[in-house]
Amino acid sequence: MPKIEFKLNDKLVTVHSTANRRLLDVLREDFNLTGPKEGCGEGECGACAVLLNHKIVNSCCTPLANVDGQEIVTIEGFSKTKRYQIIKDAFAEMGGVQCGFCTPGMVIATESLLNKNPHPNDEEIRIALSGNLCRCTGYNMIIKSIQKAAKDGDGIW
Amino acid sequence: MKDISKSINKVDNEEKISGSAEYIADIKMDGMLYAMTLRSSIVKGEIIKISYPKIPDNYYVIDHKDVQGKNIVKIIYDDMPIFTTKKISYLHEPIALVIGPEKEKIVEILDSIEIKYKEEEPQFEWEDSVVDFHFDKGEGERVFDHADKVISYDYETGYQEQAYIETQGFIGYQDGDKTTLIGSIQCPYYVKNALIQALDSEPENVRVIQSTVGGAFGGKEEFPSLIGCQLAVAVKKIKKPIQLIYEREEDMLVTTKRHPAKIHFDAAIKENKIKGIKAHVGIDGGATIGLSGVVLSRAMLACSGAYTIDNLDITGDVYKTNTVPNGAFRGFGAPQMMFAIEMFVEHIAKDLNIDPLEFRKSILAKQNDHTSTNGVYRDPILMPEMIEKAMKESDYLRKKKAYANPNIFKGIGMSFFFHGCGFTGSGEKKIIKARVRLRKHKNNKAEILIAAVDMGQGVKTTFRKLVANILEIDIENVIFNNPDTDYVPDSGPTVASRTMMIVGGLVARAAKEMKQRWREDEFVVEKQYKQPDYIKYDEENFIGDAYPAYSWGVNVVEVEVSKTTYQVKLVKTWSVYDGGKAIDEKVVLGQADGGLAQGVGYGYLEVMNHKQGKIQQKNMTDYIIPTAKDMPDMETYLYDNPYAFGPYGAKGVGELTLVGGAPAVAKAIENAINKRIYKIPVTPEYIMELINNAKN
Ligand code: FES
Ligand code: FES
Repeated sequence: MPKIEFKLNDKLVTVHSTANRRLLDVLREDFNLTGPKEGCGEGECGACAVLLNHKIVNSCCTPLANVDGQEIVTIEGFSKTKRYQIIKDAFAEMGGVQCGFCTPGMVIATESLLNKNPHPNDEEIRIALSGNLCRCTGYNMIIKSIQKAAKDGDGIW
Repeated sequence: MKDISKSINKVDNEEKISGSAEYIADIKMDGMLYAMTLRSSIVKGEIIKISYPKIPDNYYVIDHKDVQGKNIVKIIYDDMPIFTTKKISYLHEPIALVIGPEKEKIVEILDSIEIKYKEEEPQFEWEDSVVDFHFDKGEGERVFDHADKVISYDYETGYQEQAYIETQGFIGYQDGDKTTLIGSIQCPYYVKNALIQALDSEPENVRVIQSTVGGAFGGKEEFPSLIGCQLAVAVKKIKKPIQLIYEREEDMLVTTKRHPAKIHFDAAIKENKIKGIKAHVGIDGGATIGLSGVVLSRAMLACSGAYTIDNLDITGDVYKTNTVPNGAFRGFGAPQMMFAIEMFVEHIAKDLNIDPLEFRKSILAKQNDHTSTNGVYRDPILMPEMIEKAMKESDYLRKKKAYANPNIFKGIGMSFFFHGCGFTGSGEKKIIKARVRLRKHKNNKAEILIAAVDMGQGVKTTFRKLVANILEIDIENVIFNNPDTDYVPDSGPTVASRTMMIVGGLVARAAKEMKQRWREDEFVVEKQYKQPDYIKYDEENFIGDAYPAYSWGVNVVEVEVSKTTYQVKLVKTWSVYDGGKAIDEKVVLGQADGGLAQGVGYGYLEVMNHKQGKIQQKNMTDYIIPTAKDMPDMETYLYDNPYAFGPYGAKGVGELTLVGGAPAVAKAIENAINKRIYKIPVTPEYIMELINNAKN
């Protein structure tokens, strides 16, 4: 079994496992990190999103081998940050959450966007979210949540 | 007391945003096995022989022979087997569960099972009617005898898939005689009652618990009873915890969908007015009937849309075909009819050379008018002001005129619609008989004990808020856990826009009584549903008040159509709703956004079809639902029109927000391309066909 080492939520971890195992399964099964969800298993819905070196990836389409030596942050790790607090408060306030199944992925997408572009316009937000499906909200309140997070977190990103 | 509509933050935000909320796939139990389903590879015929490989230790095959009770899923119409015994009536019909500790091994076993079939010719035409209804209003068909002319059109709607982002799933375990299922479900007692019949167990030996639900939209109304029964049979026999969760492809191919429909209309016209309408509604039930009859009746009852038509002759059929069974989906028959009638009235006006908007406004239903079944719209109807509001906010008239220019390919469309709140007919009184319970704990906390499920629509928040408001205590002092049939009474399923109006109404009554007795230490208040006396409905003949109350809505959608690709782009939407008093404005606005997204998606984007009984869209790549890029900015306005029997005046809003989307977007596209639209979804291919067809 290959040995794969990577940084997971700020801690160095080692996994002995087949290289093509899905990162999503490794996170959920080996580390009991169930914040990333499986919605489609094929890279369409973004429910499984995590940060790979600060950028959003779908963990269901990421083979374990790809994260060797890299840094992964899941919603569990991200939720310890100040940025998370701002995004969380904005989603709560603006009604960005309904069933919640897409929400951890949406939060990861928000962080990935704001990290690159702290003051996105409406169009940029919609493009950034286009890999994250939500069947409950019609995205309207999610967009407003992200606008609010960008405003409230001015200077943090 | 402050206005209850004023929004608070939802009570489950924290756990959902942080990813710590437990959905069914997040629950693990010691020694848990996995189950996968063996399915038919033919569409119609009989199983002659199944050859299983040698099944290794700790692996199991569970099929119809293991069902101790009745091998039928208890739904409204009992025609769906839990596992087929022999007969196959649709592709991928469930035959058995294969269960064991390793998923790869289960797949290996499934792949090496050989089934010999005798194939038969499948039936896909809509010929075999298994349910048929008919009703008249006023003079019925006779009004056609003295018509100046008759205008007739046909309309068609496609499949729609609920596409909840969390797929179907359960975990089950056995404890002594007791079988427990935890699941992603809308109706804990539907599942429990189905299990009692399947397992032949005593009610106290069956327990059903709701896990956090990642979206449902009707898709988790009756379908979970099927897989719940399958899993429970396995759990009771194997006596180990077992997880049954569908992958997306399986979920797309085999779960119930919105019924495709074909609607034919004839209108009797005299002196440029609609004197009467004759309609036939056909829906494809798929291979089993299940809820299809109830869906058909809701479609038929909506036949005059938001208008009053004095004379009606309405017939409908559910056709059985060898396709995946169709079932509940938010709107439940109304979206099909609302699209058809909205287009029909528009097309009649165009044929008569009358301005469609004025024509439609002149026949809007008013308070005290008679419904399609001669019930009465008892409560005030605010449609004229709501329409005016929608037109003003959207700048409707100016745009409509500007977009009449055939070269600019922009369009604006407006739909008027209603939704009957709660179960159709006497369902509440005769079948559901909802019961709710409130418990006062010693520590001055109140606990809500009901079977209503929060599937994202905010029930936990709105119910805790409702009780806190009446008891005048903090919302933190109101407890509402996910329903567990061992603790909550049967307050009915979480469907039909009934939860706040009916269950909430009962909870409010219980809370008022609790308030009177608040000084007592510890006690329980129970309430049972009683139909208001004036509501009378004759199920058989479709006469009377089919619903206790009606919610109303107006949607305006603006679009741009590409001149080269015929792709439709939504520019903006404006909506106005009267769902009675909002128990929480933000929650209702959230329903409004999500419902409209599904409604417009149904109208122009979401394509699903079958070829020889095989659903052609097997994942989220093939089945397109709106993304953040597809959806535009949405503006919504709520009208406060309290309903006397709802808590604080609340009616139903969950489904209302979906039913107007398709006709609004279709009318907008009609305006943009100057061609008439007769079917949804309005895809680029359909637009091309319309544009190339000079006659249209
Ligand atoms: S589960 Fe990974 S993108 Fe859907
Ligand atoms: S909140 Fe349910 S899928 Fe987004």
